[in-house]
Amino acid sequence: MAIPHLLSVVTFLPLVGALFILAVRGEDKPAERSARYVALWTTIITFVLSLLIWANFDPNTPDFQFVEKTEWLGGAISYHMGVDGISMLFVILTTFLMPGCILASWHVKTRVKEYMIAFLVLETLMIGVFCALDLVLFYLFFEGGLIPMFLIIGVWGGPRRVYASFKFFLYTLLGSVLMLLAILAMYWNAGTSDIPTLLNHQFPAEMQTWLWLAFFASFAVKMPMWPVHTWLPDAHVEAPTAGSVILAAILLKMGGYGFLRFSIPMFPMASEMFAPFVFTLSVVAIVYTSLVALMQEDMKKLIAYSSVAHMGFVTMGLFTLTTQGVEGGLFQMVSHGLVSGALFLCVGVIYDRMHTREIAAYGGLVNRMPLYAFTFMVFTMANVGLPGTSGFIGEVLTLTGAFQVNSWVALFATTGIILSAGYALWLYRRIIFGALEKESLKSITDMNWREAAVLIPLVVLTIGFGVYPAPILDVFSVSVDNLISNYQASLAAFDAARVAVAQ
Amino acid sequence: MPDTFSTADAMTLLPELVLGVGAMAMLMIGAFRRGNSFDLCSSLALVVLAVAAALTVFSGTGTVTAYNGVFVVDTFARFMKVLTIFGSAATVLVSIGYFKAERMDRFEYPVLVVLATLGMMMMISANGLIALYLGLELQSLSLYVVAAFNRDSPRSAEAGLKYFVLGALASGMLLYGASLVYGFTGTTTFEGIATVIAEGDTGMGLLFGLCFLLVGLAFKISAVPFHMWTPDVYEGAPTPVTTFFASAPKVAAIALLVRTMAVPFAGIAPDWQQILVFLSIASMVLGAFAAIGQNNIKRLMAYSSIGHMGYALVGLAAASPEGVKGVVIYMTIYVLMTLGTFGCILAMRRREGPVEEISDLAGLARTNGTMAFVLAMLMFSLAGIPPLAGFFAKLYVFSAAIKADLFTLAVIGVVASVVSAFYYLRVVKVMYFDEPAEEFEPMAGELKLVVGLAGVFIIGFVVFARPFVDAAQAAAASLF
Repeated sequence: MAIPHLLSVVTFLPLVGALFILAVRGEDKPAERSARYVALWTTIITFVLSLLIWANFDPNTPDFQFVEKTEWLGGAISYHMGVDGISMLFVILTTFLMPGCILASWHVKTRVKEYMIAFLVLETLMIGVFCALDLVLFYLFFEGGLIPMFLIIGVWGGPRRVYASFKFFLYTLLGSVLMLLAILAMYWNAGTSDIPTLLNHQFPAEMQTWLWLAFFASFAVKMPMWPVHTWLPDAHVEAPTAGSVILAAILLKMGGYGFLRFSIPMFPMASEMFAPFVFTLSVVAIVYTSLVALMQEDMKKLIAYSSVAHMGFVTMGLFTLTTQGVEGGLFQMVSHGLVSGALFLCVGVIYDRMHTREIAAYGGLVNRMPLYAFTFMVFTMANVGLPGTSGFIGEVLTLTGAFQVNSWVALFATTGIILSAGYALWLYRRIIFGALEKESLKSITDMNWREAAVLIPLVVLTIGFGVYPAPILDVFSVSVDNLISNYQASLAAFDAARVAVAQ
Repeated sequence: MPDTFSTADAMTLLPELVLGVGAMAMLMIGAFRRGNSFDLCSSLALVVLAVAAALTVFSGTGTVTAYNGVFVVDTFARFMKVLTIFGSAATVLVSIGYFKAERMDRFEYPVLVVLATLGMMMMISANGLIALYLGLELQSLSLYVVAAFNRDSPRSAEAGLKYFVLGALASGMLLYGASLVYGFTGTTTFEGIATVIAEGDTGMGLLFGLCFLLVGLAFKISAVPFHMWTPDVYEGAPTPVTTFFASAPKVAAIALLVRTMAVPFAGIAPDWQQILVFLSIASMVLGAFAAIGQNNIKRLMAYSSIGHMGYALVGLAAASPEGVKGVVIYMTIYVLMTLGTFGCILAMRRREGPVEEISDLAGLARTNGTMAFVLAMLMFSLAGIPPLAGFFAKLYVFSAAIKADLFTLAVIGVVASVVSAFYYLRVVKVMYFDEPAEEFEPMAGELKLVVGLAGVFIIGFVVFARPFVDAAQAAAASLF
């Protein structure tokens, strides 16, 4: 390993960048320009450094790698960082999307310094969530992200930004505080908040139920699962483009990551017990939110509801607790991170030109914007789950997993794919095709080099991982196998104990 | 012999003696010196407080008692005293500019603050019912006067009167409780009461005494349902006085409550635990809901402080070393947050004078970015959002509650914290999302110092939490 403390460096580098911007004096044009460039270079360097994590990552072990551990709060609460196959890709996904977000925000004119600082601080907190190997540290990063996101939505958002930012903040906070109590209960039960130790700790069966529910409250809101998803459409619609990208691509993944890191391995009994409950919510989410998406007249809202539906596939896959289901869920999260992020960027492209997100305000864009039409098509297809795009792999794997467990769940979930084709293609049809009749659209210009530079890499990856998903699957397959076998083993141990008690 | 003068006893009381002598000296200077002695007395007050703090810090280690055990100095007392003195000193510092601008720069103010601090030190070290009452009354009488310090303002006079009448009632209750406890245990020292209770000799009378004691103390920390005076007094008193009320006296009263519950009544912990659980829940919930409708930021902070006392009581309700550790950490962080926030409120001043509506903060992020940033961080910290200090405060008290199996209390507490987050966010919203209002006058140097210190503390706590946590642990351990 070339760089010592690589994870900490990657995590806190954006914060250092934020401090640099803070040091920039003045509010004039040069100050804004330097704030933009500092933010861009910080995120690019962070991304390059994070690639070193991937390069030096050993996918043949389920253990945590790049581990760092230092004293922090005393007791058994320490600053413990590390990644395994499950978390590593989320770190890369975060660092990869951030430069794009900064570039997509190049035209932001108001309070540029604060904007860039908020995003850089948010990046540190997001990376920290996926690297933290201590529950208290995890919670710190997990909740801390609310502050910059609240400001991003509230300061640079749309007309209903105040409502959306409050709803986002309070909703997520309410879910999370219950998790905090569960974390404290786990601390007193196991005597530590160290995640690797807790992964090998058996919690009493009844306690597991309560702990699972408390964690579920937090992750279900974050995910978001039906019926606690209502903050998401508001937050998405009002957030600035880059904020929506981060929300959809990274923040939503924290819920799924939490299920995989905590709920399933630490509370296996409860996970088994609640799996049908999760299936029900997932299937309702897939079908119901897809139908809701069909009826939307706001592009961002439509994509937001489609995100809820796609996250339904993720939760369904994860709680099948089969290799295919969990791998599919993970793949779907990575793929959705790329695709939904890209879709919001696509909306941003035309929003910046027309300043409206009404679907009805567009039509016939292909005549003036061929490159844009192509890019948007790729992501629409990926959103539908067309074979050859990354969206397909995740959906097929989760459905395979679901079919092994409960064919009814698989049946209903599959209708979601059809519905997603419905709303996504209809959206595409209404915006891109048809005659270019509206006066205001007649002078619209195609994507500029900056927008293309952000979106083309995403096109390449979406198709690339759709055709050849091995680089992603290889990273987490050993970790997922280990997760499933540990899960089976602890279920067996509980059953054995129960039989022994009965005798 | 009890009635001979002992140098060792006097040495134990050295910090208090310094404060007492210092206050008298300041009074003489103020009375006999020509011209206005406000500046001189304020500076002297700061020096005297600093000396007292230094003497407290370097008063050795371990537990020392004096005057037949009615006065005790242990790690807990040292920690809380330093915190109290810090709160008082910071108040004196931030008051100077305000009182001069408002033409209330009379020397009695720093003298009264020092006397109140002396009372608080006495409260923290009180190890018997009589010492407890003496300390409490010295503190309270000084506070009644400073509440009405703006003599020409009817609101300030009303605040002082209201505080006095209700405070006197609470003191009466407390005395009544103390006499019942004395009557049923035959002693006023905490050790003596603890021994009687440990022998199992507890009757209904003792419980009545305990209840009345708790009523009196709950009034002093403004726990619900004895909080009625708080919003009016906070709003009516001059802002520096409100700053004072919200910081140092709360520390002393909580410390007194902790010692009174944990030492003499340790044997009947389940009895007082349920009362504290009720006080705590009621304070947290009322603090969360009642603040929502407030437009005056001082009133908002009054309800906020009621809520925060509720959170601090969560730790005490656990009746364990972890709980007391949580209380100590909570109060430390609370004092810093309060001083920082009131420092910002004191800086809300336009040419025509001080303003105190939340809407006056509109668009502060664009007119004074630094102040808006620090105040926003203070608000997030008061709401308990990580990685700010307020999160750790809540972490430790709830941790203790969970360990003591007080799940209902913990769940209600965290839900109330989400509700309270709403009004803290509203302040942030006004500063960051709204269009700018008229600019404030530039912040005075001493305000910058206090606000800056609070800002560094609440943001940096996540990094250097360890020494505070360890010190709080040692403080809590000395009570058990």
